[in-house]
Amino acid sequence: MIQADLNIVLPEVSLAIFAMLALMGGVYTTKDKAAPVILWTTSLVFVLLAAWIGFNGEGTNAAFGGAFVDDGFSRFAKVTILLSAAAILVMSQDFMTRHGLFRFEYPILVALSVVGMMMMVSAGDLMALYMGLELQSLALYVVASLRRDSVKSTEAGLKYFVLGALSSGMLLYGASLVYGYAGTTLFAGIFSTVNAGDISLGLLFGLVFVIAGLAFKVSAAPFHMWTPDVYEGSPTPITAFFATAPKVAAMGLFARVVHDAFGGAVADWSQIVAFLSVVSMFLGAIAAIGQRDIKRLMAYSSIAHMGFALMGLAAGTAEGVQAMLIYMAIYVTMNIGTFAFILSMEKDGEPVTDIDALQNYSKKEPMRALAMLVLLFSLAGIPPMVGFFGKFYVLKAAVDADMAWLAIAGVVASVIGAFYYLRVIYYMYFGEERDALNGSMPMVNWLFLVGSAAVMLVGVINLFGIEGLALAAAGALVN
Amino acid sequence: MDNLLSVITFMPLVAALILALFLRGDDEAAQRNAKWLALIATGVTFLLSIFVYTGFDASNTGFQFVEERDWLMGLQYKMGVDGISVTFVLLTTFLMPLVIASCWDVKTRVKDYMIAFLLLETLMLGVFCALDLILFYLFFEAGLIPMFLIIGIWGGVNRIYASFKFFLYTLLGSVLMLVAMIAMYMDAGTTDIPTLLTHTFASENFSVAGVTVVGGLQTLMFLAFFASFAVKMPMWPVHTWLPDAHVQAPTAGSVVLAAILLKMGGYGFLRFSLPMFPVGADVLGIYVLWLSAIAIIYTSLVALVQSDMKKLIAYSSVAHMGYVTMGIFAANQQGVDGAIFQMISHGFISGALFLCVGVIYDRMHTREIDAYGGLVNRMPAYALIFMFFTMANVGLPGTSGFVGEFLTLMGVFQVNTWVALFATTGVILSAAYGLWLYRRVVMGDLIKESLRSITDMTSRERAIFAPLVFMTILLGVYPALVLDLIGPSVEALVSNYDTALLDSGVTTAVAGH
Repeated sequence: MIQADLNIVLPEVSLAIFAMLALMGGVYTTKDKAAPVILWTTSLVFVLLAAWIGFNGEGTNAAFGGAFVDDGFSRFAKVTILLSAAAILVMSQDFMTRHGLFRFEYPILVALSVVGMMMMVSAGDLMALYMGLELQSLALYVVASLRRDSVKSTEAGLKYFVLGALSSGMLLYGASLVYGYAGTTLFAGIFSTVNAGDISLGLLFGLVFVIAGLAFKVSAAPFHMWTPDVYEGSPTPITAFFATAPKVAAMGLFARVVHDAFGGAVADWSQIVAFLSVVSMFLGAIAAIGQRDIKRLMAYSSIAHMGFALMGLAAGTAEGVQAMLIYMAIYVTMNIGTFAFILSMEKDGEPVTDIDALQNYSKKEPMRALAMLVLLFSLAGIPPMVGFFGKFYVLKAAVDADMAWLAIAGVVASVIGAFYYLRVIYYMYFGEERDALNGSMPMVNWLFLVGSAAVMLVGVINLFGIEGLALAAAGALVN
Repeated sequence: MDNLLSVITFMPLVAALILALFLRGDDEAAQRNAKWLALIATGVTFLLSIFVYTGFDASNTGFQFVEERDWLMGLQYKMGVDGISVTFVLLTTFLMPLVIASCWDVKTRVKDYMIAFLLLETLMLGVFCALDLILFYLFFEAGLIPMFLIIGIWGGVNRIYASFKFFLYTLLGSVLMLVAMIAMYMDAGTTDIPTLLTHTFASENFSVAGVTVVGGLQTLMFLAFFASFAVKMPMWPVHTWLPDAHVQAPTAGSVVLAAILLKMGGYGFLRFSLPMFPVGADVLGIYVLWLSAIAIIYTSLVALVQSDMKKLIAYSSVAHMGYVTMGIFAANQQGVDGAIFQMISHGFISGALFLCVGVIYDRMHTREIDAYGGLVNRMPAYALIFMFFTMANVGLPGTSGFVGEFLTLMGVFQVNTWVALFATTGVILSAAYGLWLYRRVVMGDLIKESLRSITDMTSRERAIFAPLVFMTILLGVYPALVLDLIGPSVEALVSNYDTALLDSGVTTAVAGH
């Protein structure tokens, strides 16, 4: 029995053991000098695990009495998480080295948070959910304040920690209510209770609190306040990490809770999620207009994007989950490229985040500017970039689920949001002559930037087949 | 050739990719290579499109040269042309080499400039050839990107404002259309345009919050599509982006904008609004007619008081597009024939007028009317050509401008005499602003010191105007060239429209055909 259970969680266990070993290795050998080796090994392990999970997984397997579920949905999310985390790690080496932040703990903390994320998307029980969430969050709190001597970085870490604790508290409170009224913490048990009859007020109350806690993690408005500050304060590679893998994990967890546990009460939560979606889309679009700091801008952009992903979830259908997964995969790819660019925004060795510094960038670095142009149009959701298809899938899911109003709100928000992406393009292409940025870009980052832009263009042909994969994943989650 | 349309559509894109990937440097030689490659690519595209013209069977009202491949989520990559779209394809391929030739003197970022125009040609041709809703939307929207860059990078002083206004205005229009498209997909279960043309969308009245929507779903969808195409056309009162965009755009950008991009709106009305939502078009058609009449008179009056040449011609474009929408929503053979004819003819005439402005702008670097006067003394050839196109714009019989205006007015006269009456005053007004502009710029004595050394058109400039003059006269004296091509398709469109209205049992204001 335990043998079979362990087989199912083998990827997570291996990654955890690897992280411990790497930590020991780092501590007892050359400390920070070992950092590059650890970083590259960690990335390699991520990629290998992604391949393992992606090619080997089959069917739906539950371990530990259903507390841990390995199904098509979790595998899709895990592969996305692992690959994006590997990409971000590799991208960050140059920046971390040059700014003296390259400690050997950094890749290890990332690995630990990835273990947490894998746990999150596989959770089949409220306790497992919380365990994964906290493991992920604690590792992230630390990396947010990695730059110990910077006020902003420590502030970001602290802010993230305090608000994260608050949200965990809300989530726990909700979980305890759910447990109290459903009599079990297992999702399957809650599911049958909900299906058995009318959903009781206490259960509904618990659901609302759980959703509030989850909304904090995906940084959906009105629980988004930490995002801009944390994005701005953290070192840029950490920001890039925040914007990618944890978002996928939190969104996956969100989908899992609402469908696996509360799949019988779609009408009850879909309106809450729809509300979160509308508020996030508009807040993300409008608040970003005033931002001049590209990292804060990306924070608001991510809030708006989460709003769109939630729109897929709000539809409450398998199609909606499929749309959400496709959206997240596309979102992550775009963000990897965009942050590869932001990492190179430097002047005389100092990071620059003011978008004003991008004036006339296209003259100096035509190729990078062009790739960024493609990415920005993709972020704005303009066809033929793949970003448009992400939006198209969620809009279609919403209209399909008779939520045309949500779709209309979404497209209006996306027009407002287009403005600030266009403004970055405006600085790069129409700006005045100025001698500004002179940051170099390592080959790896250049490959990620150009590669991600190329994906945005070439993907229009068939989205690299993720449509079918996401469909299978959604089918596994929504019955 | 089975995939002729795809070849035509993507030929400029391939050229753009070659330019982007393989052409290095920004010296004289590289610039020359970029221009020649662009010219050759657009030229070959035009030659290929002649095969479409010769192979096209006008008596067949279905789609021809159809290609079909599977795409994402049940969408298709489907291309094809009928009598209506083939004319626009030919217009585009005909004008693009001239556009490229007209920007021979551009010096900044020549390679990027050429790439942007080649990209734009691919996207415009895609719009006219696409036979899948989402594929259409893809091309329709993507066209914003190169145009945004063209205005923003190579435009005039106030180019930033103009490019943002252009982009956001048209984007807002189109996204609503996207929602309607998804709703159509839900309703009909397909995005295939030929199938959708035969699908009947629900038109039962329903009420939302106490307000009865006459024509039901069809009216709502009509409105959503209208939001997009009306902005693109542009119709009064959502036309305000056009003068800004035109004034700030470089000459070639203005030409493409006026001659081809605006036609996407009219094409959209003909492809979607009229045949797919006949009840919606019937319910709202009368308002569109009046909006068109207002547009014609109002923008003509506005054109009268402009001090900037390009702005004047931009407003004149809005007025002429008013005839187009009027003809389309008259929904009879003459009206729709006239509307298409007017769009084609306006493509030549307005393109030529913007080129005329470009000729003197290149020399004097101002578009202010007051800065000119008496040009006829130094530039006789220019005066002649400008005269010709002013007259064509006014609608002088013998030029193509006359045929379009006359047919649309005749079409709308059968439907609503009052609208026709008001719209006809636009002809007089257009003569007023057109001739007055001509008098101030070309006639009189050459008193401005700065103009003393101005030179007449070069042979390159003359060569660009020659085909435009030829086409304008040819279509003016032999309109059957276009009308025979579009006639059967339009006839089918109009008769389907009438049948659909009869079937739905709705008979309202716009009757009488």
